[in-house]
This record gives sequence, structure tokens and C-alpha cells, in this order.
Amino acid sequence: MIVAPDELVASLESLRSDADLAFDFLSDLSATDWPDRVPRFWVAYQLYSFRHRHRLRVKAGLAEELPRIDSVTGLYPTADWLEREVFDFFGIVFDGHPDLRRIIMPDDWDGHPLRKDYALGGVGTHYRGAFILPVDERGM
Amino acid sequence: MADPPDAPFPVETAESMPHEPYRGLHEETMVINMGPQHPSTHGVLRLVLELDGENVVSCRPVVGYLHTGIEKNCEWRSWQQGVAFVTRMDYLSPFFNEMAYVIAVERLLGIEAPERARVIRVMLSELNRIASHLVWVATTALELGAVSVMLYGFRERETILDIFELASGLRMNHAYMRIGGLVMDLPEGAEERVRALLRLLPGRIHEYENLLSANPIWVERTRGIGHVPSEQLIDLGATGPILRASGVDYDVRRATPYGGYEQYEFDVPVRGEGDCYARFEVRMEEMKQSLRIVQQCVERLPRGPVKIEDPKLRFPGDLEVGPDGIGNSERYVRHIMDESMEALINHFKLVTQGIRVPPGEVYQPVESPRGELGYYVVSDGTNRPYRVRVRDPSFVNLQSLPHMVVGGLVADTVACTASVDPVMGGVDR
Repeated sequence: MIVAPDELVASLESLRSDADLAFDFLSDLSATDWPDRVPRFWVAYQLYSFRHRHRLRVKAGLAEELPRIDSVTGLYPTADWLEREVFDFFGIVFDGHPDLRRIIMPDDWDGHPLRKDYALGGVGTHYRGAFILPVDERGM
Repeated sequence: MADPPDAPFPVETAESMPHEPYRGLHEETMVINMGPQHPSTHGVLRLVLELDGENVVSCRPVVGYLHTGIEKNCEWRSWQQGVAFVTRMDYLSPFFNEMAYVIAVERLLGIEAPERARVIRVMLSELNRIASHLVWVATTALELGAVSVMLYGFRERETILDIFELASGLRMNHAYMRIGGLVMDLPEGAEERVRALLRLLPGRIHEYENLLSANPIWVERTRGIGHVPSEQLIDLGATGPILRASGVDYDVRRATPYGGYEQYEFDVPVRGEGDCYARFEVRMEEMKQSLRIVQQCVERLPRGPVKIEDPKLRFPGDLEVGPDGIGNSERYVRHIMDESMEALINHFKLVTQGIRVPPGEVYQPVESPRGELGYYVVSDGTNRPYRVRVRDPSFVNLQSLPHMVVGGLVADTVACTASVDPVMGGVDR
């Protein structure tokens, strides 16, 4: 199911409160980066209902220039760390998140590693005061 | 208070202690780092604790020290190679990661592994669950002061890992499952080893359960500790033994069966107390239920192939153990080199380029020893996954840890952390 980003929270709220749907559990929240598509970023919410034992995936597309979406932490507190992870890896900002910081990567990390334009390969390292070039740039 | 009559010197009692100077202790709190290098954090978990004396005022878990970029790596490898990556994530439950990944890709391909492969997958997964819970009970007992259980738990786990080694060649990080089946069939004697294990383990598990449930220190340190109500756990996304110990009957194997679990008889143990002791009870009971499933697997294990027939999808090769280790059998090498040009081309294409998976996306959850392990796999139709997202239960479950420890004592933080059973390899991926 695809919703517009500004309707996301309202949609999830109705999916949760409707007795026939009752999606009371947010299994997962993640994102995908499609540099060639418009919109570029897709946030996916995997929902589950304890009462009816069914699952649903809700997706919202976000434009490249302004990857922002409302946080769902108010509705599903589990989204706290999951949204931080998406912010960390994709640079998608969740409006209204109580504590939006990097979670897996170090706080001073440059870039968002799971974006498709983030090169795979060596990363320079600081070791005992010296800067060591990435593996693929050492020219050995 | 007056001195006892016979005392040669003034005796200080609780009442006679000067209270004034100590009052300052309660006016400010202390922030202390527990971990990342702490033996009771099961890896490299760092807890920033704010303490008021011995009481925990706030707790903030800090993760990420073990990040290995597996999700990114998977995007740059062929579909079949992904198995070797995901198995290294949660190092205590490699088979569950492999299973979730291969089933997700099989769903994208619209195929199903042969029956024998599916039964073996379930059997190894359930043995893996027992091994993982044994490590849990061993390390938790060690942290709470029952050292002998640690030795027993690891001893029994080793007997299970021996079977894994026999089947896959490795104690951990097996990469034994393949999209469309298994890499190779169980070797001779593996079935008998599983049967021997089924005779050995029930008594041992019972013994360890008694060893701990009759241990006053263990009971004292886990009962009533780390209680979280079930509604809060659901909101926090906690799954697995933690959630079941709070009275919610949610097991992915039951709720949305996968890999043939609907054919097995087993109970989902549920306790209502929601404390560390209930989590212990749930895990012990789960081991017994896993043994039941393994028993059923051994009984029904059908004969037949362990890979799908489709030559465009099945991983080429016919492995066997030779004098210099595991490799392609002579028969297979002769077949592709001497007999069939098509077979050689097929082998070459599948090894160098891999298979192609039609575009689509799939979310496949499985029940790992720690809870719902979900794989969200996206394909854009090429020979590499476009995105492999892992919802690791350890990562999500850790969010409920602050709710368990705040308001309790520092010493109980150890019991609570252990009761969540986080595996940092899975948390940080």
C-alpha cells in the first residue's frame, strides 16, 4: 500500500484503530534508495496485527531534495531506533522524532552509507594520530 | 542510644551514626558507562547509566560498535553469495538468518525447496535454537553467580555444534542453505548423531532447569526483576521470549508459518509474570519444544533431492568430501569438462553471474531464538539484491531494556540485560 508522505501518520492511525484491520504492531521500518526514480527514497513500514494475524506493508515516497517525513514514534514507540537507523543510513529526517541522532555509525561520520551513491570500498582510518588511506587508494 | 553496659569503648550503632554529612549523596546523580568492554553485556553493548546511589535513574543503550556493513555488502554480491554474509550477522543463530534470507528470495522467485531440504532446514534451525538458548542460560547463570551451569551449557552446545560441523564443515557461520535448497545433503551418520542427541538432551535440559530453579540465588536475582507490562512491550516492538514471558502468545512459526512449520506439532510456551524468571522459564520450555520438533523431523525425513531441479536456478555443483576437503565430486567435474558443453556453460554462467531474480519485494519474518527476525528483500531484476534489510530482534528488543532497569538496582541491570539476550553481531549488523 502506498500513501503520500503527509498522510502517513493519519493512515497508520486509521489502520491501527479500525477494528477489522487492527494493525497494532510495527514489525519493521526501513528505506530503499532509487536514484533513478522520482521520488527517490521509499520508506517502508511493515505492520502486523496480533488479533487478525495479518501483515501489511505501507510505503511512502520522498523526494530527493527534501527527504523528510513525519515520525511515527507517537503511534509506535518502537520506531524510535528504527527511524534513527534510517536517518543514519539514508539521511531521511523524521519530523517530530524525540532524539534523532546517528545510531550505528559514529556521530561524526560523513555521509549516509546505504545510499546508492555512497561508494562501496575503502574508508580512510585514523590510527594513533596518523591518517591511513583507504585500501583502494594506497597504490601498493 | 546508650552504650551496652559491658562495652569498653563507645559502640556506634545505626541510630548513633551522624546523618548530616551523608545527605549530600542524594543531591546529585552519577553517570557511569557500563561497557562497551564489560563481560556482562554479551559483546560490545554500552549502557550509559545514571545512578542515584545504587538505584538506576536512567539508562541509555549505545550500540554500533560491531557494525560490519553486511546490508550494504549484500547489495554488491550475487544472490547466492548473500547467504554467506547473512549467516555472520547473529552469530548465535546463523541458520535462522540463512533460512529467512533464502525463503525471502525463494518467494521472489516463486519456487519452493524440495521437501527433504525443508525438513533439514527446520531440523537444523531447531537444533540451533537449543544451542542458542544453551549459551543464553550458560552466560546468564555465570553472570548471576552459578558458574557450573556455564560449563554444562557450553558443553552441551558443543555437541550440537558438532552436528553442524558434520553437516556444513563449520561450527558457526555455516552458509549451508542455498536458494532452492541446501548446498549438499546431510553426510552419512548425521541422522544417527541427531538421534543420539535426542536421547541425551532431554535429561540434561531438565537437569539444568532444576539446577537453576532450585538455586536460591538464581531465583532471588531473577524473580520480580525487570518487569515490563505486555502492552508496553508491544509498543516497543519486543518479540520472542521477552514478549511471551509477558503473556502475549506471539510466535512467528505459529502466527505466519514459513518453511513447513505448519506441519509440526509444538506448543508455544507463555508465562504471565513478565520478569526475568519468566523469560528463563519460557526459554527452557522452548528448548523442550524444539526437541519435539527435531524428533518429528527425524521421523519424517524423506528421501530425495535437497536442491531444486531447475538447472537455471539450482546452484551448480555436486559437492562431496574428498581427500583434500570438500569440493566438487569427480563425477561432476567429468560431466562438465568432458561430457556436456551445455552443462559447462551453465556452470560458468551461474558461478560468474549468478541467478536473476524478478523485480519485487518481500518481507519474510522467521522466529529466531530472540524473536521476529525479518528480511525485507528488494529485487530490481538483476543478478544482485537491490536491498537486503534485516529487522534483527536483538536490535529492537534492546529498546525495552531501559524500561526494565530504570528504578531498579545496578546489580539487576546485569540480570535484565542478560534476560533480553542481545547478540551484538545482530544488533549492529
